[in-house]
Amino acid sequence: MKPGEQLPPLEIPVTRTLVVAGAIASRDYQDVHHDAETARQKGSPDIFMNILTTNGLVGRYITDHFGPTAVLRRVAIRLGAPNYPGDTMVLRGTVEEVAEASGGATATVRVIGENGIGRHVTGTVTVTVPSEADVPSEAADVPSEATAGPSEATAGPSEATAPAGGAA
Amino acid sequence: MAHERRADDELGRRLKAYEGQAAAVSAAGKDPVNAPMIRHWCEAMGDTNPAYTGPDAIAPPTMLQAWTMGGLSGHTGRSSAYDELLTLLDESGCTSVVATDCEQEYVRPLRPGDEITFDAVIESVSDRKTTKLGTGYFVTTRMDIRVGPALAGTHRFRILKYAPARGKEGARQETAPHKSPPRPHPVVNRDNAGFWEGVRERRLLIQRCTACSTLRHPWLPGCATCGHPEWDTVEASGTGEVYSYVVMHHPPFPAFDPPYAVALIELTEGVRMISNVIGVPYDEVRIGMPVRLEFQVYDEELVLPVFRAEESRVAVEGRTA
Repeated sequence: MKPGEQLPPLEIPVTRTLVVAGAIASRDYQDVHHDAETARQKGSPDIFMNILTTNGLVGRYITDHFGPTAVLRRVAIRLGAPNYPGDTMVLRGTVEEVAEASGGATATVRVIGENGIGRHVTGTVTVTVPSEADVPSEAADVPSEATAGPSEATAGPSEATAPAGGAA
Repeated sequence: MAHERRADDELGRRLKAYEGQAAAVSAAGKDPVNAPMIRHWCEAMGDTNPAYTGPDAIAPPTMLQAWTMGGLSGHTGRSSAYDELLTLLDESGCTSVVATDCEQEYVRPLRPGDEITFDAVIESVSDRKTTKLGTGYFVTTRMDIRVGPALAGTHRFRILKYAPARGKEGARQETAPHKSPPRPHPVVNRDNAGFWEGVRERRLLIQRCTACSTLRHPWLPGCATCGHPEWDTVEASGTGEVYSYVVMHHPPFPAFDPPYAVALIELTEGVRMISNVIGVPYDEVRIGMPVRLEFQVYDEELVLPVFRAEESRVAVEGRTA
């Protein structure tokens, strides 16, 4: 993890299902996130993704990359072009700063998500990645062995950055 | 357009007064942090991070705000200040809302079983801003989320409350068939009830001090000249002239269709009142124009005194113009 390092991009197909599921999972029942007819009456061409879903996707993008031991400290985002159904958003990240400490490295990552009509989101995420030696001491914050299994199958990058089980 | 700027400034001043006021005080999350909501969130986000499952699961930190949401049944513990602020913006035509910024700091992880409480403050209300979406105001709130006494995280949230920009054909066609909202009704209280009772009977009543006989309008509990509290009324003859006027172009208020003239009418009896001038286009209202009282019915419960431009004089002015 070095300043200037680019994270691999993450493509998010903005489906109607994602917009609605994200809104409801975040308990946001604003009609513009699920009712296309009402959204149009309010001057929007269609329903659009709510900010909580964008926030969740940005968080996921970072922890997908840095692995399940990574601890999110701060997520700050600003929205621009809306995410309408049928579009695709591509999240890209660049490590801007890294502060090494005894427990691990804390990185500030600049994140940009662009869709077909422009820049949907710009933001910065601060994330701490425990150093390998410290992982066992933070075992309370990482999944137990019983649940570590699926991580290898579903979250590839975690193997590289957080061999949680193996380090113990 | 100086009058519009004054109106904006007035609204801006009223909005600024909400800065620093509480938006929520010791509000409680509707549900404790729980595994099913975490799972639904992860399914929606496509997030397979194993940290969010199993016996030692934490909630995804970015769910912070979700635990504070009112959901379909609405917010509890929200202060009246926040609702008042949103209502004031609605009434000024800023009926649409979009979230623009979210800044969250995570102090300690939330785990299933945690019961959260939150306090929020209205941090700032911006000046009037024109954006691609429309013109409106940015409202920033800051929320502290706690589990017991311990701070779990902070959440700063900015919304834009705005009047949608016009000119989107699709949007206009969609909205066209909808009836405009009803005209706002007057607030009738003890001090002005007699006036509105008169209007219902199609009589325009002017208050008169029983001590010094000074006429006054609008209605007040006491005489501004001598301070005497007793009063009676005289019925206006219904004649008067335009003392001054403004033409409202912007912002558009629901139920009103700009541009329209708002006139200060000087009644023959000498008092002045704000009303509409009818029977003449908004851009032909003039200071000194003679007018005559009429009562206009807006809906089943709303009758208002308005003033019709006197035809003879309009015709004369039309010729000389």
